[in-house]
Amino acid sequence: MRHEDGTKIASPEQMQIWMKQTMDWIGSIAAQNKFVSGTGLPFDDARVVHSNKMVTNGPFGEIKETIGGFIVVRAESADEAVEFAKGCPVLQGEGNTMEVRRIAKNDGTH
Amino acid sequence: MEQQQLIPHLFRSEYRKIVSVLCRRFGFDEMEIAEDIASETFLTAAQTWGFNGLPQNPVAWLYRVAKNKAKNYLQRNLTFETKVAPQVKSNFSECCETEIDLSPQNISDSQLQMMFAICHPSIPPEAQVGLSLRILCGFGIDEIAEAFLSNKETINKRLYRAREKLREEKIKIELPTPAEIDKRLDAVLTTIYLLFNEGYYSISQNQVLRQDLCFEAIRLCQMLADNEHTNKPPVNALLALMYFHASRFDARVNETGEIILYDDQDTSLWNADMTLKGGYYLNRSAVGSTLSKYHLEASIAYWSTQRADTKEKWENILQLYNRYLQVAYSPVAALNRTYALAKANSKEEAIVEAEKLNLTDNQFYFALLGELYTGIDNLKAKTNFQNALAIARTTADKKIIQKKIEEFE
Repeated sequence: MRHEDGTKIASPEQMQIWMKQTMDWIGSIAAQNKFVSGTGLPFDDARVVHSNKMVTNGPFGEIKETIGGFIVVRAESADEAVEFAKGCPVLQGEGNTMEVRRIAKNDGTH
Repeated sequence: MEQQQLIPHLFRSEYRKIVSVLCRRFGFDEMEIAEDIASETFLTAAQTWGFNGLPQNPVAWLYRVAKNKAKNYLQRNLTFETKVAPQVKSNFSECCETEIDLSPQNISDSQLQMMFAICHPSIPPEAQVGLSLRILCGFGIDEIAEAFLSNKETINKRLYRAREKLREEKIKIELPTPAEIDKRLDAVLTTIYLLFNEGYYSISQNQVLRQDLCFEAIRLCQMLADNEHTNKPPVNALLALMYFHASRFDARVNETGEIILYDDQDTSLWNADMTLKGGYYLNRSAVGSTLSKYHLEASIAYWSTQRADTKEKWENILQLYNRYLQVAYSPVAALNRTYALAKANSKEEAIVEAEKLNLTDNQFYFALLGELYTGIDNLKAKTNFQNALAIARTTADKKIIQKKIEEFE
């Protein structure tokens, strides 16, 4: 889940709606027995480690996109994973994207 | 209590205690002997009490007779072991001690330890449930066979193999170490829940037997909750879950044994005392940082004790199922989640989600689609109920589905 602008502040009511939509979306994947794992990635206590090993507490504002979370699914194909991704409420935000990637290890989870 | 009723009653409550204590004393190598001594004790009681009338304290009488029989056995064994085969004996000091401790503390300890031994990961789950019924709950082979809709021979064979396995694996009758308890507790809770479900959802028509199974499961779980070493959050959550379910016992079946669906149940028959107990243990389970599947299931079961068909109720149930499916997928949970989705969001959304499940070998899948299509596309609804009927297994289920189909005619 990639957000174009992670600094936007949403109202608590809006947050609650998104939260429900996200939970229903994950529940739908889990109900098909295709959910493996996943989590949101909050900014609290986030750090950026730079190439010179310098550590900063952000700022994330300079970064074009931020990663808001990820989900690992058990999909038959990249296409099926794309279908799951299409249902993600994150896509309601303009400019937000879902990136679908295969998991490297050949352990049955793609 | 009359003597004819008293002996079966005592058998149910005391047999398991005597067996656990003797088994722990003898070890699994001589498990059958422990069971035989316990059975013989009741046989002696039936004969003696018939002639002489009831003793003043029947339980104490049983313990005394069981102790004597066990002592005689140990004494004979000791003679053999010391005089005939001294070289094979490794635990001499233990063998010399023929005293049998039937104190409440030792009974309770023995039963708990037995629970962990029987629910050992190396024993197949079906055998765990069978052995638990026999050893921990004092069920007769006939009753176990009826509960499993099987026959005595099959159950005897299954129990025999399970006992063999206990011996082969050299499973000790003891509580796991504190570090291991959490891991081993999982298997114990699984068996207890299986036992409960066997009673709650079993296809056996015998209502009394089914309720007994459920109450035995609750009793075993209660023992875990009452012991300081095993009083863990998931234990309390499972106990809450079972109390919540059991609270609807009297309302879910009519006089002729037919199942009454949730929506048609007479709520005045719901047992408020059990609901309260469920709430108490659900509160007690809310400690620590691990959310077990029993916590989620117990929370769902809590909402089921609230009859009012509110948006709040269904939204809560939906979110609990969303989480439950992430930790413990099952087709039934997936179907229930979809029903909650229809109630919390909309039937239209639920139909799309239901069809993704594609559980075409499951009668409840078609029954759910039938429910969802009702009022939206009655023709599709009827077809789905007919599909459900075609694969329904029990008479009770068929009756319910048939009624639904008739509503469209």
